[in-house]
Amino acid sequence: MSSTNPKPSTAVLDHDKVADQASTYVAKFERHETPLQRFKKFLHHYPIAAPLIVLLLAVISFSVIVGDRFLHPFNLSLVLQQVTIIGVIGVAQTLIILTAGIDLSVGAIMVLTSVVMGRMAVNHGIDPSLSILIGIGVGALAGFINGLLITRLKIPPFIATLGSWNVFFALNLWYSKSETIRSQDISNIAPLLQWTGQTIDFFGARLTYGSLLMLGIFFLIWYALNWTAWGRHVYATGDDPEAAKLAGIRTTRILMSVYVLAGVVCAIGAWVLIGRIGSVSPQAGTMTNLDSITAVVIGGCSLFGGRGSIYGTLIGALVVGVFRNGLALAGVDVLWQEFTVGILIISAVAIDQWIRRGTA
Amino acid sequence: MTAHYDQTPVLQTKNLVKRYGSVTAIDHADFELYPGEILAVIGDNGAGKSSLIKALSGALIPDEGEILLDGKPVSFSSPMEARALGIETVYQNLAVSPALNIADNLYLGRELLKPGILGSVFRMLDKKEMERRAKEKMTELGLMTIQNISQAVESLSGGQRQGVAVARSALFGSKVVIMDEPTAALGVKESRRVLNLIKEVRDRGLPIILISHNMPHVFEVADRIHIHRLGKRAAIVTPQSHSMSDAVAIMTGAMDVEASEGEAA
Repeated sequence: MSSTNPKPSTAVLDHDKVADQASTYVAKFERHETPLQRFKKFLHHYPIAAPLIVLLLAVISFSVIVGDRFLHPFNLSLVLQQVTIIGVIGVAQTLIILTAGIDLSVGAIMVLTSVVMGRMAVNHGIDPSLSILIGIGVGALAGFINGLLITRLKIPPFIATLGSWNVFFALNLWYSKSETIRSQDISNIAPLLQWTGQTIDFFGARLTYGSLLMLGIFFLIWYALNWTAWGRHVYATGDDPEAAKLAGIRTTRILMSVYVLAGVVCAIGAWVLIGRIGSVSPQAGTMTNLDSITAVVIGGCSLFGGRGSIYGTLIGALVVGVFRNGLALAGVDVLWQEFTVGILIISAVAIDQWIRRGTA
Repeated sequence: MTAHYDQTPVLQTKNLVKRYGSVTAIDHADFELYPGEILAVIGDNGAGKSSLIKALSGALIPDEGEILLDGKPVSFSSPMEARALGIETVYQNLAVSPALNIADNLYLGRELLKPGILGSVFRMLDKKEMERRAKEKMTELGLMTIQNISQAVESLSGGQRQGVAVARSALFGSKVVIMDEPTAALGVKESRRVLNLIKEVRDRGLPIILISHNMPHVFEVADRIHIHRLGKRAAIVTPQSHSMSDAVAIMTGAMDVEASEGEAA
């Protein structure tokens, strides 16, 4: 660009000007859309559609296989009660997965806080409502510790919570002395702990206060994620943390708030758990970890963060609940329930990958 | 619009120094940006141009010297502080969040809340107002050709994403917009649109610091060119007074400025 172009500035202007007259035609490929491709596009456009279809198919197949017992109002309310715990813990898991993290310790936080609530109220004679608050405080502290490990020590969430899962579970066994607090003792001394298990008639259906509490939590978190700046920041942090930082978001604070909030939600889940099983057992809710991740993933959340919705998790939790209940009613061994949940989680991610491929 | 070189520089540095151990990244550098101009900053790799820009955008704290904004000394300890004073930076990687929509991205980190109790107590976002203002800004900058404001940014092309990042800086930048390699990842047509956009922003009164390695782009849009070499300003040239090869020669040290000025005259 030296001798031939004495005034390169103008020469270059000319060559760029040509671009203005360039055709706007962009290469187009002939579209031969098969019904399958159209279906794929539909699923991509409505992420909530896939879990809804799975739920519908599950309900239909189980009512065919099991018969009337499955659709019986008593059974459906049982499903809802089972779903309540997965749903509440699923909310906590959704928050964390949205930030591209994962929390393996949610189940352990729930059991630990249920033991704290139970022992505070029953063994130490502390006021039940105060006991619940202390339990929530312990949940927040557990989440805070997870958050510190991930944001300060920069330990990947999977490893950090794998470690804390073991620590929290061991603390739970130590503090509970591996003893179960009996249901009668709780109803005598601290009936408030079992309040979440009480049923109310709601237009003919029997709902527990726990289920209503779960719906309340879903609504609150939905609001926070979709209608507050904090929610936008959670999505942005999970989507691209560097970009979020450059846009002025304090991603460390966002992550800390998410882990603490998840801990609090797990503690509320503990209260629901006590209501559900009546007693306080250090061995309860061992399946909740996997089930919560399954619910979130079936609900359409991306494990890579930034994509997904909270109501997807509600549907995902219903899918898990329906499968577990339907299989149990069909007389299938518990081990096959685990088998099915495993298949569900793999299929959900496989379908998600398939939907994303080529339709982006 | 013409730049006003008789006025106080909008952004200025005097004798700025930054050392990393024994390396001097900024060596008593002077810098001036005048109202209404596009000032390109060019320099070879390692010339210290990015350190200078980081100091101006608040990402780096200089050891010595001063930074003046509208003639008043300022110091920022973070990009947020620089931003609060009206200095916006468009980063090379754009700092947009792909899964969020255009309006969300424009207001990311600076969301508007609903008036009244909904905003103050319930912290509710004013999505309508943000979308309205986003649409207004995008239209003003001639960017509303394709975009639906509630479209996810990941569905946009590279040039359109750049457009979103530039619109954000124009929306909030009240003093200066710093653009780091805005055309580096773009094709010919997209670059053209972005260059027009840069001129558009300048014509609306915001002075721009443009960092670029692309000489044709620099020579097309810049009013003046700050050539950085060995940690300080080697020369200020204009596209009229010097050719691209002169600029490259000064930048690489093959020519000194006095010689080039003699030649130009």
